[in-house]
Amino acid sequence: MESFHSVLLVAVIALVTAAIRLLPLLLFGRKGETSAFISYLGDTLPYAIIGMLVVYCLKDVSFLERPYGIPEMGCIALVVVLHLWKRNTLLSILGGTVLYMVLMQHPGLF
Amino acid sequence: MFLSALKKTLPVMGTYVTLGIGFGMLLEKNGFGTGWALAMSVFIYAGAMQYVAAGLLALDVSLLTAAFLTFTVNVRHFFYGISMIGRYRECGKAKPYLYFALTDETYSLVCTDDVPKGVDRKRYYLLLSALDQLYWICGCVAGSLLGSARAFDSTGIEFSMTALFVIVFLEQWIGRKDHGPALMGLGISALCLLLFGGDTFLIPTMIFTAAGLTLYRKRAQREEAR
Repeated sequence: MESFHSVLLVAVIALVTAAIRLLPLLLFGRKGETSAFISYLGDTLPYAIIGMLVVYCLKDVSFLERPYGIPEMGCIALVVVLHLWKRNTLLSILGGTVLYMVLMQHPGLF
Repeated sequence: MFLSALKKTLPVMGTYVTLGIGFGMLLEKNGFGTGWALAMSVFIYAGAMQYVAAGLLALDVSLLTAAFLTFTVNVRHFFYGISMIGRYRECGKAKPYLYFALTDETYSLVCTDDVPKGVDRKRYYLLLSALDQLYWICGCVAGSLLGSARAFDSTGIEFSMTALFVIVFLEQWIGRKDHGPALMGLGISALCLLLFGGDTFLIPTMIFTAAGLTLYRKRAQREEAR
């Protein structure tokens, strides 16, 4: 489990993350202006990527066999309802996660 | 200044401590202890990516795979940085840390732009960023300790990450009239997941999304010209 390779993995992930975050400073920090296309991507890409990450979280859910993704979809529905109701991030996360943990730990419930 | 920064970061404290605990417990379950949780929360400091990383460590994937996945999950932070160039221009030596610490939550705090009157902007931004990371580190370490104490069964705790993304998606949906990019992200990645399977679908998704957004911009420009 824990090995030198794990240390390298963490280092690579840390370096790539830092590079992504510091690149704007290195590229445009002096000039203080960006091309129209880059700012267009900056305006739209974060929206598309959050959509992608929602799908990524669900990539191992099997919708064709039991339980057909019902726990995941049910908990997501709870998160959405809680969030539209109170707009409290912490409450929405806790509500959805606690329900999901209960469902996962007691498969006989549904 | 400290109090107003503390008050402003309070919602993030709740979120980060909860998500951090989830991460620490997951990491512990995958066989990596508190030192790992501490190092990752200090040096990587990216919520979603650390959850993914906990899986990568358990599977012992190649460095190239890890680098690529990090790129796809975190590339959005590049664009957060781009939109901060104006705000952070006068921040001098604090700049590298401010850019490094631009997570989704810190980005949304700095974006709202309500620096209290008479306060040094640079120090205020720095304080917001550092407090957020401190919450995250505390959460990750606490989760790891809870996990090793076997305080409770943590099966299913990984859903906290899904919940967070659903909430960010929802907030973005409410905050923007044009839902094209959000729908494109959902649709293209769902399609690519079906076509390519869970292990490789991120690469084609990124390519098709970039292409899709470029076409989308051309269309929007044409409509404007009319």
